[in-house]
Amino acid sequence: MAILGLAWKSLRNRRFTAALTVASIALSVALLVGVERIRHQAKASFTNTISGTDLIVGARSGPIQLLLYSVFRVGNPANNVSWQSWQAIAAHPKVAWTIPLSLGDSHRGYRVLGTTLDYFAHYRFARDRGLELAEGEPFADLYDAVLGAGVAEALGYQIGQSIVIAHGAGDVSFARHDDKPFRVAGILARTGTPVDRTVHVSLEAIEAIHSDWQGGSPMPGQSVTAEQARALDLTPKAITAGLVGLKSRVATFQVQRFVNDYRQEPLLAILPAVALGELWGLIGVAEGALLVVSVCVVVVGLFGMLTALLTSLNERRREMAILRSVGARPLHVFALIMGEAFVLSLTGVVLGLALLYGLLAAVQPLLESRFGLFMLLGLPSASELLLLAAVVLAGAVVGSIPAYRAYRLSLADGLSIRV
Amino acid sequence: MRVAPAPEPDPAVDTAVRLGGLRFRWGPGSPPVLALDALSIAKGERVFVEGPSGSGKSTLLALLSGVAVPEAGAVEVLGERLDRLSSAQRDHFRAHHVGYVFQQFNLIPYLSMVENVTLPCRFSQRRRAAALRRSGTLEQEALRLLAHLDMGEPGLGSRPVTALSVGQQQRVAVARALMGSPGLVIADEPTSALDADRRVSFLRLLFDECRDSGATLVFVSHDAALEELFDRTIRLGEVNRVAGRGGAAD
Repeated sequence: MAILGLAWKSLRNRRFTAALTVASIALSVALLVGVERIRHQAKASFTNTISGTDLIVGARSGPIQLLLYSVFRVGNPANNVSWQSWQAIAAHPKVAWTIPLSLGDSHRGYRVLGTTLDYFAHYRFARDRGLELAEGEPFADLYDAVLGAGVAEALGYQIGQSIVIAHGAGDVSFARHDDKPFRVAGILARTGTPVDRTVHVSLEAIEAIHSDWQGGSPMPGQSVTAEQARALDLTPKAITAGLVGLKSRVATFQVQRFVNDYRQEPLLAILPAVALGELWGLIGVAEGALLVVSVCVVVVGLFGMLTALLTSLNERRREMAILRSVGARPLHVFALIMGEAFVLSLTGVVLGLALLYGLLAAVQPLLESRFGLFMLLGLPSASELLLLAAVVLAGAVVGSIPAYRAYRLSLADGLSIRV
Repeated sequence: MRVAPAPEPDPAVDTAVRLGGLRFRWGPGSPPVLALDALSIAKGERVFVEGPSGSGKSTLLALLSGVAVPEAGAVEVLGERLDRLSSAQRDHFRAHHVGYVFQQFNLIPYLSMVENVTLPCRFSQRRRAAALRRSGTLEQEALRLLAHLDMGEPGLGSRPVTALSVGQQQRVAVARALMGSPGLVIADEPTSALDADRRVSFLRLLFDECRDSGATLVFVSHDAALEELFDRTIRLGEVNRVAGRGGAAD
């Protein structure tokens, strides 16, 4: 304890360089723990994109492809699911509810999703959160649209506004369904999922706007007006994919087999959690790299401490000799430098954590609204504490280098003062 | 940090230092720097060790303070055979029984004056206990010693020790060497940085304090003018049989 007291006073005497060292450790620790926390939150919000759905059904392709276009609105399906097959799945005795999804159109770069009111009733994300309307109502009329929060905010749309849907998924589209404009009926509350970037309309609406189309372009001379379309049979012929909720989870594999073995059409049913895990495994490489980089930054910070302690040793040889003269053993000298390294890295870790919490408190609203990341200001998690302990330990290991050098010097110098 | 404590010196022994058949070199292969047949210093004696550069003065001090051990021969300090102790035991012995004053820059810059004086008590329970017996608290004892050394002026203690004059720093160093009443005080040219007229007054203070605490004083210097103030002079150049042949350190 006597030695730690000396270490503290010695550092206080060199407070400028000590403060610089502590600052570099603190910054690197804030970065490390910040990255760790964002990693966890990103993974959590990624796996929270969809929940409560037991199976995702689509045309037979790869599980990740199906997940990407049905949940993340990324990419396009190779094939559709016929309405008959979908009806057969919906009629399976173990199925509690279904949400059909029809994709293919867009509005100013945002995907348009044709679905039913079941979407608003059964879609779940982030464990068990349902969709909520921030304003307006779900679609009641054929030409009603419900916007995700991100769409409404980015385009500045309000209830009652008229919008035109473009054919195809591109940002710039030349084929537009401008003869059948939609009215914004509702705006969803923010979810932090791809739902925010989606324009929702009814399945029948998708059918209606394509009633006079064939093979991706309007049929010449056969235009159907918006009002005429209302009278047509708007039962869809096919959908892109669908979400299935079961009465009991126990039946998951049974229904999955039913879909995968479906005779009339090659279909695929996937478990969302499994596919999400697979997809994260692909993305996870990047977040692993991020962690490696921030670990390297901590190593650089500790090297700063090593340099500061090593360069101080030569000018402190007199101090070592004085300590030896009053009875300090070379081991005490070792402990003195180790104590300084310990105080520096511990202070760095504590300050770094404080810095991170301060930053998080400041940017939390932005992270939540922009990226849907909920950064909780809770106590450090077990893995974060482990990282922090590892930094202090690494600080001690780094400190042992100058400490050992001081030990050797003081053993060689004894009481003679060589400066 | 605990090691087996060095055995307590026998108070009945009236010799403070006894060297016999001593030979020393800094390492195997390097030339011998010190060879003494016999040398003894009585308890309470104030001895002036004089000698030119290379006569082995530093070596003698290293042996007496237990930093070095001889290649052959006995080093007995306060009844303890230092040559038979482990290096950790010798460090303990020094903490308990030796006060040391360097030529200059004796003080740890980041400690206050009083903290510098009480420093030995961080490493020696024995000196801590002795200081507490004498004055009740370590700080009181440090202030008492400092006052005796004309360093009692209020305001001195609040200044950083690096702002003290050389003479003041040397007096603080003497107070530290005497803290907790060690049996042996070693001073390695402590007056060489002082003005000529200050040396004598500094020595008087040092003598008074050593007498007060019953400490033996070994004082190394090449300033022959001071010699007459001491009980006895040891001319290392004459007693060291290898002197003059180029010692490693002076």
